[in-house]
Amino acid sequence: MNLFDILGPVMVGPSSSHTAGAVRIGYVARKLLGEFPKKAEILLHGSFATTGTGHGTDKALISGLLGMQPDDIRIPQSFELARAQGMEFSFGTVALRDVHPNTALLRLTGENGKQLEITASSLGGGRIKVIEIDGIRSSFTGEAPTLIVHNLDRPGLVAEVTSLLYNQSINIATMQLYRNRRGGTAVMIIETDQLINRKAVEAFEKIKGIVKVTYLD
Amino acid sequence: MSFQSIQEMLNAEKQQGLPLWQIIMEEDARETGISAEESKARMSQLWGAMRAASREYEDSLRSTSGLVGGDGARMRDGIKQHEPICGEFIGLVIAQALQMAESNACMKRIVAAPTAGSCGVLPAVLLPYQSKHNIPDERMLESLYIAAGVGQIIATRACISGAEGGCQAEIGSASAMAAAAVVYLAGGDSDQSMQAGAIALKNLLGLVCDPVAGLVEVPCVKRNVIGAVNALSAADMALCGIQSVIPFDEVIDAMREVGSQMSPGLRETGEGGLAGSPTGIKIKKRVLPQR
Ligand code: SF4
Repeated sequence: MNLFDILGPVMVGPSSSHTAGAVRIGYVARKLLGEFPKKAEILLHGSFATTGTGHGTDKALISGLLGMQPDDIRIPQSFELARAQGMEFSFGTVALRDVHPNTALLRLTGENGKQLEITASSLGGGRIKVIEIDGIRSSFTGEAPTLIVHNLDRPGLVAEVTSLLYNQSINIATMQLYRNRRGGTAVMIIETDQLINRKAVEAFEKIKGIVKVTYLD
Repeated sequence: MSFQSIQEMLNAEKQQGLPLWQIIMEEDARETGISAEESKARMSQLWGAMRAASREYEDSLRSTSGLVGGDGARMRDGIKQHEPICGEFIGLVIAQALQMAESNACMKRIVAAPTAGSCGVLPAVLLPYQSKHNIPDERMLESLYIAAGVGQIIATRACISGAEGGCQAEIGSASAMAAAAVVYLAGGDSDQSMQAGAIALKNLLGLVCDPVAGLVEVPCVKRNVIGAVNALSAADMALCGIQSVIPFDEVIDAMREVGSQMSPGLRETGEGGLAGSPTGIKIKKRVLPQR
């Protein structure tokens, strides 16, 4: 924690967890989808579900999906802006198990047909954590450059990915591995100290056994 | 900033012989790996955002729930009609605190200080004081470093969120930060700043977090007023040489202790206190979607 966690952030009110954090969740989801979400189904859990409307959590999530940051003064008008851009969205509630009270599940379809399902929690002070992506458990904040690789659960793939990063002189800050079942689909979540360029990201997509690559900078 | 206590911060000031705000700034810049210039530029941005938020208050704003809005305008206009009991300056402070907190509740852009719910305290003390005494922005930034330094030590030793420590952790911390900052602006020394911070926090010890319907509206908006006015009375006491019998660090530790003893119903869950009053419950039923 530093001085600017105490003074700041500059944000649209009323709540850093229910508003600013919700914008961040939408923003990170949009980045992960990688294209304009033409359809968004959003399910709110816990305190997001009960006090979300009063805190503008719904408008905040849509703002993030439109690419806005927590200090964007257009947040209160995000519904109108989203409709004008042709986004279809709906809200519902959900009871998830063992998650932070401020959690949302987003099912997105992009304008080019890409699909993404993520669950993320707002931890307070505007900070967030993505806890599930496409049905697989995860844990990352989106504060550092993050590479998310969906791959078949096969030996050697992790080594291939890390050596590609090494060749680009990119240092790995944290790395997590998850899979739904042995030999099924696995996810690597790699937070790096340096930005990864587009070419390198594309190179990952060509590796045999890699299903989907998402990069968040 | 790596200081773990107010005392450590004051000792560093004595050893290094630099102004306290500069020690806080440099310590933080070193920790986060930014230059002093970058740090100052960021602080200046925050100050600009605070002033802009104050200018952009709108009389007609109402929160989504309809519970708050318009009181800041009422106060501002009312003190022109009749002399406020507290005097003109405090009248302006009250109006500013209400306005900023209402802006927050109505989804306007504000600066969390230290939280969104308590965002009105610091500007309510600093803005009227600056215009009354014509203080240059440069010096206002210095006072913000002192406020942030105090806030960070409170966050390190205790907490600054209502969910963890009750409203004493939000409005109480904001009040202590504002008290320390305004003593600096008034020409007090660092010890007096910290005495003011200690007194301000002590006087709000035990304050529970009981937002009606869980929304940052009632009692939050008006709590910003007590945070600001309390900061000023603490500052005046400290400037007259009055000391806090309990040292600031021990007050902060006591705040943490009190916070941990508060039942969860009094920590932002919107269940106990005013939220649990018959009217609070009625409002909750009206504004929250039924599941
Ligand atoms: S009552 Fe709770 S939500 Fe309201 S200002 Fe105080 S700490 Fe924040």
